[in-house]
This record gives sequence, C-alpha cells and structure tokens, in this order.
Amino acid sequence: MSTTGRDQKTQSSLGNIVRRPETGSFVGLVFVFTFFAILGGPIFVGAPGWSSWLNIAAEVGIVALPIGLLMIAGELDISVGSVIPASSMTAAIVSGHFGLAAPIGILGGLGVGLLVGFINGYLVAKTKIPSLIITIGTMFAVMGLTLGFAVLLVGSTSVSLVADPLTKKLLGTFVGGMFNVSMFWWAGFVAIIFYLLHISPIGNWIFALGGDRESARNAGIPTANLTIGLYMLSGFAAAFVGILQLLTYTSAQVASGQPFIFNSIMCVVIGGVLLTGGAGSVVGIVIGTATFSIVNQGIFFSGLDPNMGSIFIGVLLLAAVLSNDGFRALTIKLSTKKS
Amino acid sequence: MSDKKVVIELRNVDKSFGPIDVLHNINLKVREGEVLCLLGDNGAGKSTLIKTLAGVHQPTRGEILLDGKSVTFDRPKQAQEMGIATVHQFGGTFPLMSIGRSFFAGVEPTKGWGPFKVFDRKTANEIAVKAVQDFGITRIDDGDRLVGGLSGGERQSLAIARAVHFGARVLILDEPTAALGVKQAAHVLRIVNEAKRRGLAVIFITHQVMHAMAVGDHFAVLIRGAIAADFGRGEKTREEIADLMAGGENMAELEASIKV
Repeated sequence: MSTTGRDQKTQSSLGNIVRRPETGSFVGLVFVFTFFAILGGPIFVGAPGWSSWLNIAAEVGIVALPIGLLMIAGELDISVGSVIPASSMTAAIVSGHFGLAAPIGILGGLGVGLLVGFINGYLVAKTKIPSLIITIGTMFAVMGLTLGFAVLLVGSTSVSLVADPLTKKLLGTFVGGMFNVSMFWWAGFVAIIFYLLHISPIGNWIFALGGDRESARNAGIPTANLTIGLYMLSGFAAAFVGILQLLTYTSAQVASGQPFIFNSIMCVVIGGVLLTGGAGSVVGIVIGTATFSIVNQGIFFSGLDPNMGSIFIGVLLLAAVLSNDGFRALTIKLSTKKS
Repeated sequence: MSDKKVVIELRNVDKSFGPIDVLHNINLKVREGEVLCLLGDNGAGKSTLIKTLAGVHQPTRGEILLDGKSVTFDRPKQAQEMGIATVHQFGGTFPLMSIGRSFFAGVEPTKGWGPFKVFDRKTANEIAVKAVQDFGITRIDDGDRLVGGLSGGERQSLAIARAVHFGARVLILDEPTAALGVKQAAHVLRIVNEAKRRGLAVIFITHQVMHAMAVGDHFAVLIRGAIAADFGRGEKTREEIADLMAGGENMAELEASIKV
C-alpha cells in the first residue's frame, strides 16, 4: 500500500473501516436518502415518509434477515414467496373460517412455515440438488396446496379474519396511525439474528458453511442440522410476516407473497452479503433493507414517475454486487499487505 | 524404526461401492513419529483409502486398529474425536473468515452461560496465532487477518497446526503440496517434519516423488486399489518409485521416447 508515511496504527484502523463490507452499503443508503430527501422535501423527511418506508422495511426486513443467513451459508430460499400466503391463509382458515381463537390459528400458520422450512432444509442437506431448484419446487407445491385447500375448505381464495383486540394490537395495528407494529417485531428479529450471527458460536458455523461446506463438515460442524435450522428460521420468519399481514389487512390472499422473493434477496445483496456465501453481516442486511425500502417508497414522494423506482433498484443492485466484489478483493489485499 | 509404537493399522481392508471394488486387501501400519507416504496415480484409490481412515467410508471387510484396538467410525466426527485428522488440499480453511474464527470453526471457545454463549474472539485469536507460530510460521501474528490473505503454504500450515492443536495423533495430509510453488511446498514439508518430531503419525499423500522422499520414512504405492509396493526409506530410488506409481510402466523409457 502507498501509505508508507503513516504509522501502522492509522493505516490499520483506516483499513478496518474501509474493509468493512457494510461501508459500501452505508454510502449507498446515505446517497439514496439524500436524493429522495431533496426531491421529496419535508413530507419525506417527516413522519409520513419515515412511516411509509419503515412499514415496507419491517415486513421485507423480517424475511430478509434469515434469507441473509442462508445466503451467507451459501443457499437460497425462494419458497418464502408462498410460505407468506400459506401461513396467513392457514391462520385465517383456522381462526376466521372455523372460528377458533386467533392464537391457535397463528400457531398453525407459524407451524406451516416451520414445516416448509424443515422440508427445504432436509432436501438441501440430504440431496445434491441446488437449493434454488429445491425451493422453487417447494414454492410451487406450497402455493398449489394453499390454493387447493382454500378452495376446498372455504370455497374462496380470500379469507378474512377479525381477531380479538389484544392479538390485533400486538400484531396488526398502526402506532400513531402511521407506524405499523411490525417494525418493532423487525427490531426484535434484528436483535436475535445479530446475536445468532455475530455473537454466538453458531454464527461461526454459518460463515464456515458458506465458506466451504466440505471443510465445515470435516471440522465437525453439524452441517445438515445447521442447514435445516436455517431453513426453518427462514420459513418461520416468512410465516410470521404472513401473520402480520393477515392481522394488518384482516384478510388472507393466496397470491400475496411473490414480491418478497426478489425483494428479500435484493435487500440482502444490497446489504453486502456475498452471492457466493461466506461473508455478510446483519448490520449490512438492515442497511440494505432500509435502502431498498427508501427507494421503493421514496419514489412516490419524489414526484418522479413511479416506474423509475424499479430502474433505481436495478442499478443499486448491480452497483452493490460490483462493490461487494471490489470489497472482497480489497479485504484480501489489505489483509495480505498488512505484515 | 520398528521400536516405535504402532498408532494406526489397517488389516486386510477391502472397500467396494456396490459391485465396484475400490480397495483390495490393504495392510498398512503407521508408527508414532513416522511419516508414511502414500503414493499413487490418479484413480489409484488414495482418496478412498484416506476417507476410510477418516471415517467418511466404512471398510467393507477388514479392520482398522488404533493403538492395537479394533475401531469403527460411523461418522468423520468419531474419527476426529479419536485423534485422526485430515487436512485437505485446499487447506480445510475458510478464505473469508479470520484466522481465529477459521481455526476454531466447529469448536468455538465461548464466554457466558446457558444459552447466551458468546464467541470469545480474543482467546480464539491468541490461541490460533500461538499454535501457528509454534510451527515456525512467524509471519502470522494477527488473528483477525483473513485466511484468504495467506499464501497457500501458510493456509496448509494453519490447517495442520489446527489439527495438532485439537489433539490429532494421526495426521492425514491429502496432497498438501500439489497446488503449491517450490518455496511454499518446502514450507509445508518443514511443517510435516515438525509434526513428525512431535511424535505424530503422519500419512502423507502425494504424487510428487521428490516431496515424498524429502519427508517419508516409509512408502506405500497404491495401484488400482492394491498396495503394489511397501518399502522403507532409502530402499528404492526416485526412478524406481516413479515407475511403480505409473503402474509398472517404465517411466524412464517413456520419457526417453517422448524426447525423440
């Protein structure tokens, strides 16, 4: 490096900041926020703007966190797109159509998510089929089952649920009329997954799994159980979002989850998780989610053609992937030269 | 050489996958502080043999003896717990993880209690750096550095140091020098000698005869799943070994015919 004049300490602490993969994501977030703050003005910077993008961020963020863990571990999960409606439909049928107490329906919905996650994880761990294909398969299967059971049991693809006030308050109200409670749940998920990935020893297993599955197994990491666990977490989180949606909008739709598939992956990638696995962080995923949601909602405050939003997101995604690769190269380079 | 204790022994081991016989009647002994070089061309069954030793495969017939007692491994983890460690060609390390994290993958040191365990980064880094430096790799001094920034030889050394640290008594090195340059390979060979000095039983797989001759005490040549030759240090010349590895063909003649 050309920093011969500086002392070792400055170089390494500077290097440490630049080396962080989140740095690029954070720069992107600041840029996007500033851009829409200028165009959107006080409404975007005030409560309406914040609530608007935070409501979006909370839902996609809850799904993106475990997807991020899976991507760090080198896997994908497409099935979230149909786990979300499957979960809300299950809860709506159990509690709305058959009239059982709301918590029972909710447990049923979450159970569906865990079950689909288990099947995904089991298939990924025990076969050599790429997880992309497996989870596309389970996505279609779950979608078909949801549709089939909804029509069979209720005779409709849309089922409504009016929950008791406490359940509604916890899972589906707007605080101050604007901020969906889902963002507090998101914060909870962030805390748990941060602990899992960065503090507990399991985080190390996830990085190792994504770095080199074979070596991870040889090192004694229970890779099959870990994979199954991560998919169950992903299924659970998607099911939880399904429940949040059901209680917020008081009805379950069969085809409500598809946008989450790509949106969650985009949040994760914009947040600096490597597509090849092995690197990433929860802070990055949160930044990626915020960036994605700001673009997604900011466009409506900006006075620009809403279709522009997709262009923005596409460009951001490509920029993120490019800078991820750049950061990885830089990381290894700085790490080598530092001796 | 025969006064040292035999650590691991294979007795009449056969391995077949369905109708395909891969290993026939393998008999091998490795003593403590001794390097057994397992030589063989591609497809000779070297990988199957070491996977059988490491618990990935179970022998179809025959037995594995550890310290004279018959053992069976259902899973690689069991073999590891009994002190059999395998280091693979690409180091068994994780390029995008720090040295400390990579060193302790799967056996993380933790602080805290109950379900709230915290990965102890400081301890992990200290132990990892010390373990590697004890093997003579003094260039590694910061446990936060990424493994991807190390040279191939350093990665191998890290993996070997890791295996030894976690109580390996039998070290299986799967072509550790195959992808390395001359200097890096020499580096790894020194580490192998250090492991030998510490009394480990080392099984060194290679198809580079020079590397084998630099560290080996004992040589076994595998051809089509059977041991074609088994001899001690200095009993055969480099040319003879190369001929054996090529399946009995005369390499010298072959080389001569190519030169024409």
